[in-house]
Amino acid sequence: MTAPLRRYVREITVTRQNEPGARQAGAGERPATGALTDSSDRHPDRHPDKHADTDGPSRPGDGQQVQAQGTRGRLADTFAAARKEGRSVLVGYLPAGYPTVDGGIAAMRAMVEAGVDVVEVGLPYSDPTIDGPVIQEAVDAALRGGVTTADVLRTVEAVAETGAPALVMTYWNPVERYGVERFAADLAAAGGAGTITPDLPPEEAGPWLAAAGARDLDSVFLVAPSSTDERIRMVTEITGGFVYAASLMGVTGARQSVGAAAEGLVKRVRAVTDLPVSVGLGVRDGGQAATVAAFADGVIVGSALVGALLDAERSGSGLSAGLDGIRTLTAELAAGVRRPA
Amino acid sequence: MSASSAGATGTTVPPVPPSLDAEPGAWESVPDALGHFGPFGGRFVPEALMAALDELSAAYEQARADPAFVAELDGLLASYAGRPTPVTEALRLAEHIGGARLLLKREDLAHTGSHKINNVLGQCLLTRRMGKTRVIAETGAGQHGVATATACALLGLECVVYMGEEDTRRQALNVARMRLLGAEVIPVTSGSRTLKDAINEALRDWVATVERTHYCIGSVMGPHPFPMLVRDFQRIIGVEAREQVLALTGKLPDAVVACVGGGSNAMGIFHRFIPDASVRLIGCEAGGDGLATGRHAAAIAGGSSGVLHGMRSYFLQDDDGQTKVSHSISAGLDYPGIGPEHSWLHDTGRASYRVVDDAAAMDALALVAKTEGILVAIESAHAFAGAFDVARELGPDATVLISCSGRGDKDVDTAARWFGVLPADGGEPAHG
Ligand SMILES: Cc1ncc(COP(=O)(O)O)c(C=O)c1O
Repeated sequence: MTAPLRRYVREITVTRQNEPGARQAGAGERPATGALTDSSDRHPDRHPDKHADTDGPSRPGDGQQVQAQGTRGRLADTFAAARKEGRSVLVGYLPAGYPTVDGGIAAMRAMVEAGVDVVEVGLPYSDPTIDGPVIQEAVDAALRGGVTTADVLRTVEAVAETGAPALVMTYWNPVERYGVERFAADLAAAGGAGTITPDLPPEEAGPWLAAAGARDLDSVFLVAPSSTDERIRMVTEITGGFVYAASLMGVTGARQSVGAAAEGLVKRVRAVTDLPVSVGLGVRDGGQAATVAAFADGVIVGSALVGALLDAERSGSGLSAGLDGIRTLTAELAAGVRRPA
Repeated sequence: MSASSAGATGTTVPPVPPSLDAEPGAWESVPDALGHFGPFGGRFVPEALMAALDELSAAYEQARADPAFVAELDGLLASYAGRPTPVTEALRLAEHIGGARLLLKREDLAHTGSHKINNVLGQCLLTRRMGKTRVIAETGAGQHGVATATACALLGLECVVYMGEEDTRRQALNVARMRLLGAEVIPVTSGSRTLKDAINEALRDWVATVERTHYCIGSVMGPHPFPMLVRDFQRIIGVEAREQVLALTGKLPDAVVACVGGGSNAMGIFHRFIPDASVRLIGCEAGGDGLATGRHAAAIAGGSSGVLHGMRSYFLQDDDGQTKVSHSISAGLDYPGIGPEHSWLHDTGRASYRVVDDAAAMDALALVAKTEGILVAIESAHAFAGAFDVARELGPDATVLISCSGRGDKDVDTAARWFGVLPADGGEPAHG
């Protein structure tokens, strides 16, 4: 076998399994090419970041070695306090940078003032494959407005100042691009409580869990109605803060009713963990919040809140009307989680 | 099997081996169980889709080992898709270029006009095997959408195709074809309204309908097992071509050249040659207006490692990890990423990748049409343009195998405008 072929074949089957820490092939040991050079050989400086990342990409298989996080982070206190009050926790999502960075901060503060216990700060992403049209619209607008990862961290800092735990809800690529270690460090420095990473599966989460765990950040992972019991166990083992139970099979978006599958899923999660379980996807009003609060430790609301901001923008009534909409809906939801139906 | 031992026998065309018959060889072991090609690949999808991907992996593993499945697929590939496709020696073209012998693997002659049918027949048979009744697909140029609509019509499956609104305009004839074949075509108006957004929309559909729906991904991309599965279904291209070239020339080709969008025709024609160390594998990425302009679709030459559409691979992205919009005159190559196995072939040095811009591809399209009487797809024209350089570099003693991945009927409008050959244009070429 030639060197390139050996590399193509072997590093996967041998290196990966025996030396979980040793990978990152490529850079140093690229074989000499033959008569034909390829584009990257001619321009080795064109993408200096490509081969030799320092802290990403993550290494598959590391997930299994990471310890359970348990309930050591800040979210634990929030859930414990709510439990003492005999109610569920209200988690509210808004994307950073919509309608502007400062407008987004104002909206998140309004949410907290009106009764949201935990804020999910959305990191706007160009390809939000898990989001429905409402969140897509706000996120697209935020990106058109030029929001950056640094703006998201500034938003986290502003939310954290209110005293409410702030979780960054993000697709994985922006974190990897920012740098796994750097993101964990800057998030912790901003006072963030942790992350929700819906497209980072446990199998790929090793490097993030190590970086987050070193800074007592909670890493929230999702389970879905389609999750097998085995996968629920795998997800809950690495989850910190609370388990995010997706109420239905689908993307984000307010719905007429919360998926009937939610209650059964929460039961299946409780069978394998003592972590709090929060239910999200589809919750849009106080009645639904009350329904979910009857069987879940937390109620997660996103699209309905984003919709309040979008409505105000569309009708041209501006941010203050949007904030009023946020306050009204949040108050209704906060009442809902206090009267489980 | 070495080049010399195989070449010594080659006077008659040997029978084409079955499409999924895996020769023993260590290269068969990639990807690993979690779908990694080195650091690339994997499964970056929401938990809700994990069960479906596991189900697909299991169904595929069973199907591969089931002689009845393999026989049915091979039967359709032969009697319906028209396999084996021929290898044509391009004599006049080679003379014009003045370099190596040029051999064309004629996927343009497969049913529906491109290699896409190979993958789609395999996946639609799998769909039926899993008891699913609905198939969704994304499409850029429309070739994968047409192939999917075709296979669904053949097998009695419901078919929905997501296509970026911009592409529905560029490839209007293929929209009509899909509708005639009974498929529903949904124009995608989110994001940049091109192929990447069509994939986003298909993923959103899939997570909500996964119980009865199979997502028939059109290239060697997406979460595991798709890159492996699509490669395996396309592998027949190289399996056939290797035998055909040996029979024709008595030796292995010196280079195999293919265009790379997601990379399925390239993976298909490369894979059987990977253990043949003497064979250079060369992929051609779409250079659009030119790499230096930033308006291109060359993920390896102009991108960096990242995660999108369920896989880690090379992508065009900005400093915040936001996907950059790609540009290419070819809708089928207009994607800001590349399949993970290509990224791995690149990093290991087993394959190399070049950039071919719009103008070079269109010149190649015109030259191939005039010298060989073959109007190739603009996608495939990128492979030809790259191969011309390779042929000159290697010289007259060498043989270059080109993946002629599709025919250009769908591109007549674009090409006619480019060259200004529509009667209304007065015959004045706009370019070249
Ligand atoms: C004829 C033809 N060739 C190539 C491609 C690019 O796809 P891939 O790189 O997966 O072969 C397409 C995609 O539409 C196509 O239609």
